[in-house]
Amino acid sequence: MTQYIIRRMFWNLVVILVVSFITFTLMHAVPGGPFDREKALPPEIMANLAARYNLDQRLPKQYALYLYEIMIPRISSSTPGISLQDDYLINIKISEHTWIKWMNFGPSYTSRSRTVNDIFKQQLPISLQLGIMALLVAMSIGIPLGIVAALKQNTGWDYLGMSVAIFGVSVPVIVLGPILVWIFGVELKWFPPTGWGAKPPYLLGIFPSTLGWGYFKYAIMPAVGLGLGGSAILARLTRASLLQVVREDYIRTARAKGLVERTVIVRHALKNSLIPVVTILGPMFAALVTGTFVTELIFGIPGMGKYFVTSISNRDYPVIMGTILLYALFLVMANLVVDIVYAFLDPRIRYT
Amino acid sequence: MTANTATIQSGDITRTRKSESLWMDAWRRLIRNRAAVLGSMIILLLLLTAIFASTIAPRTFAEQVLLDNNKVPEWLLRVFPNMRDYARTTTAYPLGADYVGRDLFSRIVFGTRVSLTVALIGPLISLLIGVTFGSVSGFLGGRVDNIMMRIVDVLYAFPSLLFIILLMAFFRGTFAKPDPGSLTYGISQLDARMGGLLFIFVGIGLTAWETMARLTRGQVLSVREKEFIEAARTIGSSNLRIMFRHILPNILGPLIVAETLAIPGYISIEAFLSFIGLGVNPPTPSWGSMISDGSQVVRTYPNQVVFPALALAITMFAFNFLGDGLRDALDPRLRGTQ
Repeated sequence: MTQYIIRRMFWNLVVILVVSFITFTLMHAVPGGPFDREKALPPEIMANLAARYNLDQRLPKQYALYLYEIMIPRISSSTPGISLQDDYLINIKISEHTWIKWMNFGPSYTSRSRTVNDIFKQQLPISLQLGIMALLVAMSIGIPLGIVAALKQNTGWDYLGMSVAIFGVSVPVIVLGPILVWIFGVELKWFPPTGWGAKPPYLLGIFPSTLGWGYFKYAIMPAVGLGLGGSAILARLTRASLLQVVREDYIRTARAKGLVERTVIVRHALKNSLIPVVTILGPMFAALVTGTFVTELIFGIPGMGKYFVTSISNRDYPVIMGTILLYALFLVMANLVVDIVYAFLDPRIRYT
Repeated sequence: MTANTATIQSGDITRTRKSESLWMDAWRRLIRNRAAVLGSMIILLLLLTAIFASTIAPRTFAEQVLLDNNKVPEWLLRVFPNMRDYARTTTAYPLGADYVGRDLFSRIVFGTRVSLTVALIGPLISLLIGVTFGSVSGFLGGRVDNIMMRIVDVLYAFPSLLFIILLMAFFRGTFAKPDPGSLTYGISQLDARMGGLLFIFVGIGLTAWETMARLTRGQVLSVREKEFIEAARTIGSSNLRIMFRHILPNILGPLIVAETLAIPGYISIEAFLSFIGLGVNPPTPSWGSMISDGSQVVRTYPNQVVFPALALAITMFAFNFLGDGLRDALDPRLRGTQ
């Protein structure tokens, strides 16, 4: 198992490197640079800017420098966060004047006073919160619905559950979002149509420090809009999996030895049928966190989405690279965690 | 759900009567599925709308009368009573005019073209790349298979939404100001003539084929070891013949189902790209860009976002109904699994 995890981590590193290489190539293949303006800057200033951001180096060297800053941890004696050049995501203090620093995603070209790490620290928690809420919505609607639909197969419940499922996959957030805003934000005025109810500092760097109506009134609509599609997938999967499990022999055995129906379902059937459901939660969470981009634009939420889309049109290389790398890391780690959890849940799975 | 038990019975009957082809059997199951029939009828209607858009729409999609901007028809005031206080009414526009005075109805009608083209071309591209890649990988096996699947794994790790944004930015940037006469110039001209759709197709194709490749490979692997393949090999069939004559027809069902179920995804990718301004070129009407424009005025003129959103939702419903129906028809065992 340990060997398997180590091998997978190594493979993930390769994947991340390839992703960074493709992204870097695509970004720099486009003619023009981040400091091109309608009215051209004087050549001296262009040269200075280029030198400051290593843009005067040859591309392979730029790429190597970038990877070096992100990948290689270093020991340094300067207090973290003093300059824009020296802003690392992970700082571990080992003594009074020495720090281990790791992952410097560089400065943002367009907002000169912020680094990519600043954007991560302030905007990413919002996207993560939204992703987590959406996952909770998806689970709390999808799994019960799937269970009921399977237990009452071919009844009204089943039809209801599957109708919700088909509604969920057919109405993407780009459709549902504006309609939710119109009905509940504008007409009924239940929720504010735009904005987000949490500000830094965040608990553990992610979670809002106070939870209450002031937070949820902003979060409910976007979380439902984003999570409904996920709930549809979960409902279908839960239903199919449970239907399959209740036909297994060991369920018949459980019934034959006289167990109460409730015990048969809860203890024997549900436990096993939820295994495939658990395994999909990881990729689904990753997809939801990326999906927050659209949701954020529709509901005017100050998360990563707006930054990424504007960074693309502004040619803000470090923001583009940083975001894609971070999300790719997220994706591969989510898949790894799922595979490990899978082995724990299902003893038949063995990794070598 | 009741239809399912009925089909199983009829399946038994047909088997005792005379063997029929899988496709005839599937077809009969499909036309008995009411949701699937409804879906296909809607799709047919949308297709006709797309083809005869210029006849159906009272105006062209680009025609704008600035003085008519945000005007609404009389009947909408009953649906949106708030508008009475400020909206100017008109009889010239069945669903109202948008913020620059273009007919919403005509734009929605022409928008059908964009969404349906994506719904037809998207699957073609991802099938073409995915099936070729997947079947070569599965058929050859061994080291080649290993390397090819690792490539797919890496592409899988790309957050696809971000990747497609990056690709679109790359295309838009690279083909922005090409020299006349060069290849890039030709491509950018073609794209401009398609209203920006060409790059959307390429973007969708590049991000969507991996799933198909994996599916195809899995299917090829499972069929490759069957006896009838061995039989074909013993009578001296070539690899190509085995591939096209024996393997592909046998794995076509799951591929079609997967591809039909993926169509709503392609439609929403296009809508999403147009929503963030990286999709079709204005003034080509896409429902996504209309929703984006409409979202700006959702507080005052909700009709500008509600109608394109409805159009998009109905289309997605239709393709999902058809996809579900196809899956049930081609492989009843899979019912409700995806």
